[in-house]
Amino acid sequence: MVIRIAVVGLGKMGLSHHAMINVHPRVKLAAVCDATGYVLDVLNKYTGVRTFTDFDAMLNEVELDAVIIATPSSMHSRMVNAALTKGLHVFCEKPFCLDTKDGETATRLANEKNLVNQVGYHYRFVGAFQEVKRLLEAKAIGEVTHVLAEAYGPVVLKPKGSSWRTQRAEGGGCLYDYAAHPLNLVNWYFGAPLGVGGTVLNKIFSKDTDDEVFGSLYYADGKSAQISVNWSDESFRKMSTKLSIWGTAGRITADRQECQVYLRDTDVLPAGYHVGWNSRYTTDMTAPVWFYLRGEEYSAQLDYFVTCIEQRRAHDNVNSFASALETDKVIAMMIADAQKGASTKSSDAPVDQPRKKRGLFASLR
Amino acid sequence: MDRLLFGDNQFFGVNHMSEEKARAQAMRFQDIKAVIDVLDTAMDEGVNAFMCTTHDRIAQVCDHMRADAARYGNFAFMPCMPYAHKYANAVTDDGILGALKRFTPDEGFLNAALRGGVSLARKDIEGITTLLIDAEMKMFAGLKTPVIFLQNVVLDLLLGLGFKEAFRIFADHVKSRYNAEPGFITMNLPRLLDVLDELGIENPIVCSNINKIGFRMSGGFEAYAAALKERRFRAIAMSVFASGAIPPQEAIEWICRQPNVASIVFGASSRANIKNTKELVDRYWPSAHPLELTPAPAGELGQ
Repeated sequence: MVIRIAVVGLGKMGLSHHAMINVHPRVKLAAVCDATGYVLDVLNKYTGVRTFTDFDAMLNEVELDAVIIATPSSMHSRMVNAALTKGLHVFCEKPFCLDTKDGETATRLANEKNLVNQVGYHYRFVGAFQEVKRLLEAKAIGEVTHVLAEAYGPVVLKPKGSSWRTQRAEGGGCLYDYAAHPLNLVNWYFGAPLGVGGTVLNKIFSKDTDDEVFGSLYYADGKSAQISVNWSDESFRKMSTKLSIWGTAGRITADRQECQVYLRDTDVLPAGYHVGWNSRYTTDMTAPVWFYLRGEEYSAQLDYFVTCIEQRRAHDNVNSFASALETDKVIAMMIADAQKGASTKSSDAPVDQPRKKRGLFASLR
Repeated sequence: MDRLLFGDNQFFGVNHMSEEKARAQAMRFQDIKAVIDVLDTAMDEGVNAFMCTTHDRIAQVCDHMRADAARYGNFAFMPCMPYAHKYANAVTDDGILGALKRFTPDEGFLNAALRGGVSLARKDIEGITTLLIDAEMKMFAGLKTPVIFLQNVVLDLLLGLGFKEAFRIFADHVKSRYNAEPGFITMNLPRLLDVLDELGIENPIVCSNINKIGFRMSGGFEAYAAALKERRFRAIAMSVFASGAIPPQEAIEWICRQPNVASIVFGASSRANIKNTKELVDRYWPSAHPLELTPAPAGELGQ
């Protein structure tokens, strides 16, 4: 059985999904849809792919099994719902839905109709971050007490013209674009937080959205996570995401390339690990893919989507709508929290002066 | 084509193993003199060809070498284009026309704008593609560029989309305008070879990861092994050390045993590493003779 897929939205992500899925051995790319007729005409002229500028017309005219939606974020919920209503499996780019109510509706609909639903949080397909997941599940570093999740990169380095990516209301900005990734990894490892606090959404160069994101996530068992993200950092060549995780029995640091693990001397030692420092590199942790474009993880997540469709695994997806909705909810909490500003202000009730101790030095005066 | 080609990842903070190492390298090479010093060292050790991205900073290396023909007259640049970041940023900042103007070759804006403008209006990619190639080649004027490469991110995107015509346009233009051999860098070797065959591009120069552990050899280790054995092309092996996962001696010994490998491209920052790689290649690949750059008649190469 060949899976018939259409790609919707030919921006950076859509074009790269198009290229990868077009050469997937078990997929037929049946159509592409974009608002820009010019790009479609050039594509059609040179590759022969069937093109549409009207999403609904495409759904009506083309026999499909699934769609890949990579349009601006504010369009996701309408398109996801239309595709699900037609009985299609859906892969949607991140962030999932800007309004969590829409996300809940879409998640419910996908589950009711037993359709495969996946969101493009590709870090869950990076070998190093998968290794972290395995280590945490094996309790390799004991009980986790704190996580620092960081992402930095050079996206907005000066004031820019206006597009959907420059407006928070349209799903643009560092929080939706960059911070969503480390937040999603923290959700994957530790579930949904109880709440958030101390959120800072700061503008550096952008007029209508944030360029840096900081904040804390609180968990029921006393564990906490800190988020530190900045997409106006030219010292990074490209986006770099890093997690540092402290536990009672060790510490993990991981980025896309490597996973460094310090393990204390305890009974729980995962196979292949020893007490003290351990390093795992991308070369040991990455499974080969059928086609490589920008990183194995981009190919791997699409192959996973196709495999889930083939095996009818609608309710068992590592990047399901339900899991992406968890991240959308944390994002929504952070936006609300940031509006409150400082929780304790210098004008609040007077702080008790610490009592002076008469120590050794005082007596020597 | 030389057996040993020098690569440039180390100069631009690209390291597939460690971000810390990448940053240390970016710091070390932020002064272009440090880059030139390493290239001088490579030349002293007998490595005279440089596969380099068309990064703005390479223009400074070009200026330096152009100014001293006595020392660098035989040094070969093998440009790898396009440097995609440059276009993405320029289009974001100045729009498509502004970006085109910025990258206009010396023949004059009007002429180039015509070639580009007509091409844009007709939805014909030939004019715009050749214009961009010329823009990228500007910095190499007066220098030896025997092979010009289409780099892998753009090539593999076009390969995936099925934009095969772009490869023919690239190959034709590089041959006719620069009297150079077209080269193709890919992470998907078996698939690209099929497409180049289909386009009638004979005995192509193709650079891809080829290493003992199959790291980033997309399409599968077996398919690469079969391609090296059975297909007619000139292979340049990159990532031979798999970003350091394979010890140098083991990596070089293995690659030198593979059939049909014309060259190895490697990056290094120290004299010791350059010397070591050169010695290993001389030891394990003594009988190989440099391949001719002019396309040979069928049957003469390969096997």
